[in-house]
Amino acid sequence: MTEMNMIQALNSALDERMNADEDIVVFGEDVGFFGGVFRVTDGLQKKHGAHRIFDAPLAEGGFAAMAFGMGINGLRPVMEIQFADYIFPAYDQIVNEMAKVRHRSGGEFTCPVTIRAPAGGGIRGGHHHSQSPEAQFTHTPGLKVVYCSTPRNGKGLLTSAIESNDPVIFFEPKRCYRGPFYGDPHNVPTWKGHEDADVPEGHYAIPLGQANMVQEGDACTVIAWGTMVHVAQQAIKDCGISCDLIDLQTLVPWDRDAVVNSVKKTGRVVVVHEAPKTSGFGGEMAASIQERCFYHLEAPIERVTGWDTPFPHTTEWDYMPSPSRISEAIKRTQED
Amino acid sequence: MGEQREVITADPYIVGKPPARPDGKPGFAAWTEKPSDLSRPDPATCSAPDTHDHAHGLIRVLSDAGDAEGEWDPKMDDATLLEGLGYMMKLRIFDDRMIKMQRTGKLSFYMRSLGEEAIAIAQTMALKEQDWIFPTYRQPGAQFVRGRDLVSMINHCVGNIEDNVKGRQMPVHYTWKEGRFISVSSPVGTQFSQAIGVAMASAYKGLDEACITWIGDGASAEGDYHYAVNFASTFKPPVILCLVNNQWAISTHQNLATGGRNFAARGLAYDIPCLRVDGNDFLAVYAVTEWARQRIDAGLGPTHMELYTYRAGPHSSSDDPSVYRHADEAGYWPGGDPVERLKQHAIKKGIWSEEKHSALEKILDEEIMSAYKEAVKNGDLANGPYPPASTIFTEVYEEVPWHIQEQREELGK
Repeated sequence: MTEMNMIQALNSALDERMNADEDIVVFGEDVGFFGGVFRVTDGLQKKHGAHRIFDAPLAEGGFAAMAFGMGINGLRPVMEIQFADYIFPAYDQIVNEMAKVRHRSGGEFTCPVTIRAPAGGGIRGGHHHSQSPEAQFTHTPGLKVVYCSTPRNGKGLLTSAIESNDPVIFFEPKRCYRGPFYGDPHNVPTWKGHEDADVPEGHYAIPLGQANMVQEGDACTVIAWGTMVHVAQQAIKDCGISCDLIDLQTLVPWDRDAVVNSVKKTGRVVVVHEAPKTSGFGGEMAASIQERCFYHLEAPIERVTGWDTPFPHTTEWDYMPSPSRISEAIKRTQED
Repeated sequence: MGEQREVITADPYIVGKPPARPDGKPGFAAWTEKPSDLSRPDPATCSAPDTHDHAHGLIRVLSDAGDAEGEWDPKMDDATLLEGLGYMMKLRIFDDRMIKMQRTGKLSFYMRSLGEEAIAIAQTMALKEQDWIFPTYRQPGAQFVRGRDLVSMINHCVGNIEDNVKGRQMPVHYTWKEGRFISVSSPVGTQFSQAIGVAMASAYKGLDEACITWIGDGASAEGDYHYAVNFASTFKPPVILCLVNNQWAISTHQNLATGGRNFAARGLAYDIPCLRVDGNDFLAVYAVTEWARQRIDAGLGPTHMELYTYRAGPHSSSDDPSVYRHADEAGYWPGGDPVERLKQHAIKKGIWSEEKHSALEKILDEEIMSAYKEAVKNGDLANGPYPPASTIFTEVYEEVPWHIQEQREELGK
């Protein structure tokens, strides 16, 4: 074990995989010599060579297509979208091409591409450096969608994403790169001393499709992913109500057993995500939970989400779900 | 009051028009380009500026009189020439048979290569067998060159139980990995930028492989075309970028695909050698592709070319071009018919005859009919049997995840 922040942990996963598998190539904007605007690929070009990790022209649609072509011809590309907000020029290549080629070709061609995308708010990024577009990909059969939240699961999930023979969209909560975020922009800790900053060296994989029970309780089930895991943890602490906190980790395919087992125990649910409410993945959670747990539910399922508006710049703390909003939602589930 | 705005035309902006609508007279100018016009530069040393004339002229080998002339003459041996003629004839007869069967409901839809047969066939013949073919729906002919079983092709088109893509794709969207023929995708243009990655992967692995890909004049307005040319310029992978200018994208004429006069020369701005070639001239199409492959052999990477042709048939079985273009526009097209031109050349050369041609047509028709009968034993779209409904749920992912498994169980098949 070594203490790492999320950037170092993701770098460690890439480095370990590149050492182990010659077929892995990495590209994206500024990921080569510079090592990425968030430093996730720092030092990797020097170590692995410019033919294996290089800067792509500023054309997400172009290098997604390139990744597709490499993927169907035997390589295992890992591409970085500098901010998830900039993934949309590549949307056709991801949704119509990567996601469907295995199926459309009768399994003759497969596309094991990993798309890393720093996502989410809390860095004063305005509406084009802050969005969390997971729901725009969970609605596409053929894609796996992953959202890490800590250095430890960052490494473990990225390793599994790269090893997957299916295309994977891998969201990284950029607010948490250098430390967990508990909803207070004036008090931002680093990962130092956090138990999930202890990251195994060498090969370390967390299977896709498994949620992580962050903490256990019996009065309410709180489901979150990305930065919201930490904000929800703070909210649970603030309201003093005993909660299961489930970090979903993988959104497609998601760990329904973990959620259902918890809800059958608590009978109360709060789903938290940064993305807008309407058609957000929280709606999918709520629908699936009522299908499976209707007679166990003691209260309406609560959703605490970003608003159905563009993500703001100066007022982002009023946009992102806060510990107080989540606390209030947990309390509402306890009302008779 | 501000200054008066100068109005140049009655229209606020230009909306391109085709030379003629159904009630007009097709306006093709006679070709002035001759096989002797253009030199064949050394592929191993040629730079993009050296191809200025080739990008703006028209590379031809077959003269109006049907002779093979000029520096681009590939000096093809007789057997290879007749092999190419045979593949083109086979494709045309295959298309005719399939369109008839489409009318009877045995296929949902069909797309012919009519008038464009030379392109994929001559080009695939000029490549190495390990090279990747990344086609659109208008290059199925490459499969004949690579020896795909006709029954397998028809199984796909009729969507029966033996369709190798399991009834998941519309007809003509072939996949054939064994023949290095990559899966056809409906969204036009996507393959053009993807081919860059295919070629880069071959280069990364140190293999002697190239990737050839095609795009239409219409789809060359898509971002994917422009990504591809820029990425080809940037990374110099072993790729051959072919823009098939057949002048019509369904009803959208090439004059609405660009305000430029020429597609071939676009690549010069990216420092990629560019060629413009008579796409109905089998020998010229072969020659330019061989040249592009020789550049790849020399380690020089991409070539960009425009294959100037004419979509002699409808876009697809769902299209009626008489609504938007002159019914006999193809008859006015100076480029003629690729099969007829190669046939006449072979006859003039003394290696072919009308009798041999008719005899071969008959043999090919019988071969195709026999393959068709064999294929429909496995079912067809009108009568089934179709691939099992379970194929809806498989191969979405490597393994069937729980939610898709549950949905399969809900369907109960």
